[in-house]
Amino acid sequence: MKSLSELEVIRDRMQDEIAIRSGKGDIHIVVGMGTCGIEAGARDVLNAFVEGIEKEGLRNTVTVTQEACEGKCEMEPIVTVAEKSGRNTKYVKMTAEKALRVIAEHVKGGKPVADYMA
Amino acid sequence: MIRSHVLICSGTGCTSSGSQAIAAALEKEIEAKGLKDEIEVVRTGCFGLCALGPIMIVYPEGTFYNRVTEADVPEIVEEHLLKGRIVTRLVHDEIKDEATGEKATTLGETRFYKKQMRLALRNCGLINPEKIDEYISRDGYKALGKVLTEMKPDEVIKLMLDSGLRGRGGAGFPTGMKWSFAAKSVSDKKYVVCNADEGDPGAFMDRSVLEGDPHAVIEAMAIAGYAIGADEGYIYVRAEYPIAVKRLQIAIAQAREYGLLGKNIFSTGFNFDIQLRLGAGAFVCGEETALLTSIEGKRGEPRPRPPFPAVKGLFGQPTIINNVETLANIPQIIINGADWFRSVGTEKSKGTKVFALGGKIVNTGLVEVPMGTTLREIIYEIGGGIPNGKKFKAAQTGGPSGGCIPAQHLDTPIDYDSLMAIGSMMGSGGLIVMDEDNCMVDIAKFFLEFTVDESCGKCTPCRIGTRRMLDILNRITSGNGEDGDIEKLEELANSIKASALCGLGQTAPNPVLSTLRYFRDEYEAHIYEKRCPAGVCKALARITIDPDKCKGCTACSRVCPVGAISGTVKQPHTIDQTKCIKCGACMEKCKFGAISKK
Repeated sequence: MKSLSELEVIRDRMQDEIAIRSGKGDIHIVVGMGTCGIEAGARDVLNAFVEGIEKEGLRNTVTVTQEACEGKCEMEPIVTVAEKSGRNTKYVKMTAEKALRVIAEHVKGGKPVADYMA
Repeated sequence: MIRSHVLICSGTGCTSSGSQAIAAALEKEIEAKGLKDEIEVVRTGCFGLCALGPIMIVYPEGTFYNRVTEADVPEIVEEHLLKGRIVTRLVHDEIKDEATGEKATTLGETRFYKKQMRLALRNCGLINPEKIDEYISRDGYKALGKVLTEMKPDEVIKLMLDSGLRGRGGAGFPTGMKWSFAAKSVSDKKYVVCNADEGDPGAFMDRSVLEGDPHAVIEAMAIAGYAIGADEGYIYVRAEYPIAVKRLQIAIAQAREYGLLGKNIFSTGFNFDIQLRLGAGAFVCGEETALLTSIEGKRGEPRPRPPFPAVKGLFGQPTIINNVETLANIPQIIINGADWFRSVGTEKSKGTKVFALGGKIVNTGLVEVPMGTTLREIIYEIGGGIPNGKKFKAAQTGGPSGGCIPAQHLDTPIDYDSLMAIGSMMGSGGLIVMDEDNCMVDIAKFFLEFTVDESCGKCTPCRIGTRRMLDILNRITSGNGEDGDIEKLEELANSIKASALCGLGQTAPNPVLSTLRYFRDEYEAHIYEKRCPAGVCKALARITIDPDKCKGCTACSRVCPVGAISGTVKQPHTIDQTKCIKCGACMEKCKFGAISKK
């Protein structure tokens, strides 16, 4: 390593990677991954969110986790977006494609996508 | 795309409880379930709550799993990692909110962690110590960079002085002052040495830093080298820490690969490199001059001071020798400044201290608290109190060099000076808790046995004096104590303290002196009544008949070979302690369980 800037490059790259361990986050995206959810394609939705967040460089502020079946199996895949402000938005019958719009309009833009809501 | 990190403690404690097998099983199961690209298993250093290990934490949820076993792995992967259902039976069992009964699910919410301030331990349990990139992500080597490119050596020393950092190895000498002496010494060869010999029984603070965050030590040594004008460093680590040795070797190799050790660091012309030396099992080699003598290839024996190592140390050159925990604080002080460090702690003891909690305490493990935290807070709030409903008796700080602190001093704020004032010392951080079932004379004997065994033999006061003290303690605990023994102990103790060559001898009498100060009555019971109040010293155990259980059948009195038992038929019998030879024949004979030995 010849200079401090080389150190900074590594630091910035790694901070994104281990941001997940801070357990913090302004926005939590929770994907239903019960058996019904997985059957309905929740894995693809989950992956779409994870990749999308990564691509938009939002790893420092957004976490993506799963939860169990809620009991509304016909509405799966269900995704809840929980914000630090206390606003919780529930999206139903999600797909990988719809995930991208949620990221763009809700996560980045701050405006929930009414079309997808329960 | 990695969406979850599963952290598993890979310190010595959890490793001994099988955490490596768990990590391997986890990786295998994750691969089998097709989750390899989504979940990363991270082996970290010590989290601190050793009593509940093996510890596993799942992020981003922050779920805190305790006492995980290999058999739990399939369930954790299937339920939690795949389906998001936390395995509640493994979650740390603690009520967070009394009103709702809601449980604490993350580390930060537990009583154990709430009052802690992890500065020296900030990376332990959070990063993989075998990946230098993870250390860098936590501002690793940023301090070294700042020092080399923006500060002059004397500015670094001034910062260390202003911060108020004092040596964490036990003596509490101001670090900045030590560095300034070495910087002022004129020589074209100087050394930086890290004392990683951690010899106090029950202490594992330094071990955890070395295993969990070795780069902090390496970076601090390089900073020290720049400040005093040294280009070579040695880490003297005890061979009994194989995991620490391995982690240090990996860390040094990785630092060299990145050019953070070696020639021309950050293109500033500064050279610094580090070598490891392994201790071979001698407690005395934790004493600075004996340690340096050992590195020089000779038998570890201390030298008289002055001259101090900062003036004439390793190979006769100016040397600074610092403790692991002291060094672990330094990069942060450089980055955050002296005022930041001074904002924590007490007037004369700034910063935090890491303690290794052991003995009769619920939450055995590693804690770090601001100086000034009281013993009561550490033992009862963080430590979870005394198990089995027993009563607190004393806490030993400073290991074989320290003293015991009785209940009346539980509210003493812990710092260097306040502990000395009550007859103990900070020491390196070992904190052993004792309850009503511990005998204080036996405890003093335990520590003295240790120091007698470890005495290097060079100076008469220690070699012979401590041995004589131990002889007296042995007589006292075996029922042969004599009038005048206590006075002899005190006289020997004071003369050894005044004349021994090094810290080992000078402090070896401390456990005896401090137990005499607060528990003199126990010594007197041993000597004058031939009785051990706690019931620990086997030779003083008394055989007694419980009058509530005794039926007066006379079977015991008939079998007693010395006629020590007396009593009328159908009335409770008694044993004459002056005649009893403790053969136990009466105990065996009694059909009513009325006779016991304590």
